[in-house]
Amino acid sequence: MNKQIRKYSPILFLPVFLAFLIVFLIPFFLGIYLSFTEFTTVSDAVFVGFKNYLSVFTNSGDFLNSLWFTVRFAVISVLSINIFAFALALILTRNIRGRNIYRTVFFMPNLIGGIVLGYIWQLIINGVLYNYGYSILSNPDFGFLGLVILMNWQMIGYMMIIYIAGLQNVPHEQIEAAKVDGASNTRILFKITIPAVMPSITICLFLTLTNAFKLFDQNLALTAGAPARQTEMLALNIYNTFYGRVGAEGIGQAKAVIFSLLVAVIALLQLYLTRRKEYEN
Amino acid sequence: MEKRRPFINIILTVILIALSAVFIAPVFIVLLNSFKSKFSISQTPFVLPNNDTFVAFQNYITGINDTGFLSAFGWSLFVTVLSVAVIVIFTSMAAWYIVRSGGRFAKLTYYLFVFSMIVPFQMVMFTMSKLANSLGLDTPLGLVFIYLGFGAGLSVFMFVGFVKSIPLSIEEAATIDGCNPMQIFYHVVFPILKPTTVTVAILNTMWIWNDYLLPYLVIGTDYKTLPIAVQYLKGGYGSVDMGAMMAVLVLSILPVVVFYLFAQKYIISGVAAGAVKG
Repeated sequence: MNKQIRKYSPILFLPVFLAFLIVFLIPFFLGIYLSFTEFTTVSDAVFVGFKNYLSVFTNSGDFLNSLWFTVRFAVISVLSINIFAFALALILTRNIRGRNIYRTVFFMPNLIGGIVLGYIWQLIINGVLYNYGYSILSNPDFGFLGLVILMNWQMIGYMMIIYIAGLQNVPHEQIEAAKVDGASNTRILFKITIPAVMPSITICLFLTLTNAFKLFDQNLALTAGAPARQTEMLALNIYNTFYGRVGAEGIGQAKAVIFSLLVAVIALLQLYLTRRKEYEN
Repeated sequence: MEKRRPFINIILTVILIALSAVFIAPVFIVLLNSFKSKFSISQTPFVLPNNDTFVAFQNYITGINDTGFLSAFGWSLFVTVLSVAVIVIFTSMAAWYIVRSGGRFAKLTYYLFVFSMIVPFQMVMFTMSKLANSLGLDTPLGLVFIYLGFGAGLSVFMFVGFVKSIPLSIEEAATIDGCNPMQIFYHVVFPILKPTTVTVAILNTMWIWNDYLLPYLVIGTDYKTLPIAVQYLKGGYGSVDMGAMMAVLVLSILPVVVFYLFAQKYIISGVAAGAVKG
């Protein structure tokens, strides 16, 4: 049977492999190579060793600023999204009338694209700030807060759906037994419910964390990094390095390599830590 | 069964209704402003349209004309539908091949597919768009091919998870009946994969329909998709026509919401199922 299947590899396997090779594998390894060169088009690359990587940190502080902004954004939005989403999931797994309607409403923003989301919230935040004589561009804190609110609005419903699916698998008998034994609600939450939904927590943390770090469209539409690149997150910073001025492509590619490593390390670390928690229980 | 506790449930219902209002309000405010004159939007977005500011569908006409909205909608639909179809067909076959062929090379590429899910787009955006341009992939059809490559990671991963759970004996029975691998896949395996197919289709639709940077870098504004058309309104002029912007935002949200209301059962269960396997 295996041999039979392998005869059909040109139809079964080759199309996907070819597309993957051309749009991901080759660009990925070419990207690593180019991060050690100076280039404006791919063909004129000159090897320069670690020069680009040094430039990332010494040329100007923009990359470190973006890194710090992104880290702060990720920590705050990951925490707030998951707490709100989990709380909503707890409420919506209770016996409440019309819970499907609420579920539908809360999930809706997740279907709207990042660019559109950015302009929606720009209108609202500017409308509020106008009463005090400001706009979202007057202070980087406004942009920061705007991005956190936007991200919460977009992702709470998505994570809520995942938590609801997890909560529906919590063994009911255990909770009943604990109640009979006189355990308090908080104790049941921390000793039974949360350990039982640990797999959902792993996934939700993974999705919110990687989405927060990779955020681009929302950032571009809401503030585009203004004022003075102070609300520029990592993805936008790399984009601006590549396409903002000619001659910095090598530095842009070096930033992209650092960014990829960072995202991979954080994602794998988080998966390792929360998976370990899953097995402990 | 949990017994109903009316008092707590009333409080929770009040909270839920208030929160629902908060979730719907932003879209509603954009809708209101899309009927106001462009100078009365930025500063007073929370004021209802009145005799002085109401402009009926003027913003919609401007917005549709300035962005080439109808063609953008068409291209978005074309690229999304075709890409999702191509992704579903080819990644399901590839996943089956990876699991059943037992080849070492196929195994290795599987790990590369999984790895590609974590890598941020910025890592490959420059080299990928240069390569795509030099290969002539900077067309709407080329985009379909590119989406197959980028969609492969998640889609192959999810199909592989499901194929592993299908008992081999079903396929062996079909072999004895004289089916060749293609027939086995399309008559036996693909129908069993249906729940995963729905999930894969939904996750990819949500991504491709809303994707901005990839199509922008690959084909720029020659064939605008919807997100590019919206962003173009901002980039194309010195100052933004807020009226046209509001109208275009409403027009971009409307098809998504309509589609969602019809398919929400599948979308929500698809997303939940996708997460469990992810």
